Amino acid sequence: MSSHTTNEPVKQVPTKLAFGDFLGAWKARWGIGRMDYTIKPGLYAVGKPDSESPVLVSANYKLTFDALRKNLGGLDCWIMILDTGGINVWCAAGKGAFGTDELVNRIEKSDISKYVSHKQLVLPQLGAAGVSAYEVARSSGFNVVYGPVRAKDIKEFIREGYKATEEMRMVNFTLWDRMVLVPMELVPALKKSLPFFIGMALSSTFLEKPFGKADYAGLAMAIASGSIITPVLLPAIPGKAFSLKGWIVGLGGTAALVGAFGGYRKGSRILSMGHLLLFPAVSSYLALNFTGSTTYTSHSGVNKEMRKALPLIVGSAFVGAALAIGAYLFRSDK
Amino acid sequence: MKVLRYLEDVSTLELNGEKCTGCGSCIDVCPHGVFCIVGQKAFVADKGLCMECGACALNCPTKAIEVIAGVGCASAIIASWFSGKEPACECAEDGCKPGCC
Ligand code: SF4
Ligand code: SF4
Repeated sequence: MSSHTTNEPVKQVPTKLAFGDFLGAWKARWGIGRMDYTIKPGLYAVGKPDSESPVLVSANYKLTFDALRKNLGGLDCWIMILDTGGINVWCAAGKGAFGTDELVNRIEKSDISKYVSHKQLVLPQLGAAGVSAYEVARSSGFNVVYGPVRAKDIKEFIREGYKATEEMRMVNFTLWDRMVLVPMELVPALKKSLPFFIGMALSSTFLEKPFGKADYAGLAMAIASGSIITPVLLPAIPGKAFSLKGWIVGLGGTAALVGAFGGYRKGSRILSMGHLLLFPAVSSYLALNFTGSTTYTSHSGVNKEMRKALPLIVGSAFVGAALAIGAYLFRSDK
Repeated sequence: MKVLRYLEDVSTLELNGEKCTGCGSCIDVCPHGVFCIVGQKAFVADKGLCMECGACALNCPTKAIEVIAGVGCASAIIASWFSGKEPACECAEDGCKPGCC
């Protein structure tokens, strides 16, 4: 992948996305064939760049590349793509793949000095978690300028003389950002819960008192609470800890469910108690997992939250499941 | 827009004002506006917003900033308990963080 030879002509890049790009983006978001959604590292040209044109540095994840190029219409510039193993800039920076060494390497390999007369590279700001600007300058002679967080601001950034406004520097986490992430939460959660659904269905074939609608609905509700509702409504849900937010949503959902199933009729109080302990715990756990997708959780914070919340989640789920199973085993009616 | 906040008083961020030359690099790289410059020195204005990405420390030419950089990701931390390795963002292949470009 890293064998970009210097004699190849620089590839021209369109700034309009084609239908295939949108389809590919959609597939990538749902995890279909995502692993190979990469582009070749090296140098690319947008418009008709010359020796004075800016050089923008980015990652070789195709979604990242597409997000960048579609925002460059009307601009003449070079794009230098680092080999980040097909990972977006921020995540790759965190791993060090979008890093000082790879950048210094790519400056040499791409022979950028042959194409431009200046010594300036524009990096996405989020690459700074992996790149040390002063070390790059020391080893390569190129100055790193950190551009805006979002590609949509690049043109304005360049127009303003390579100055970012405060707003351009801030990462946010909008409703849309969170909605786009839902499939990434939902697909693994469904995969993990599939054995439970299958187990429940199978046991119904040989057990005398099989699981009821409330169990299936409860599990589905818990997954939806933790993987869809909590991420999407995040700022509106009370609490700061994700496990607490997920638990609150899960508890509300379970309570509604218990109500909808008529308090699970008389004699199934134990079952409803079991559900009230089990399903909010499942939702809480799934919500806790969403921390990895957010833009503002710290390692120390998640660590602290997990140490407090995990024992409660596991304990509550365990007791809840035991109660629910016990309720079936000792059920008198039917 | 309302700024989302996570747990307060947990970040490992430390700034040594004596080493700071006021170059402003930390302000440029911090995605959460944690720093401000007053006079010729950087100050930590809002530590509770720090997500420990490590960008500021990596880009401070005088090494005035220290922070233990890490991933704020529950599944990565759980995985690290089993593997015994440092928590790493293994779902990164999934392009987990939005807004990156
Ligand atoms: S990067 Fe370092 S030297 Fe520069 S302003 Fe920030 S703390 Fe001070
Ligand atoms: S570690 Fe990241 S979020 Fe925290 S102050 Fe430094 S740059 Fe800002």
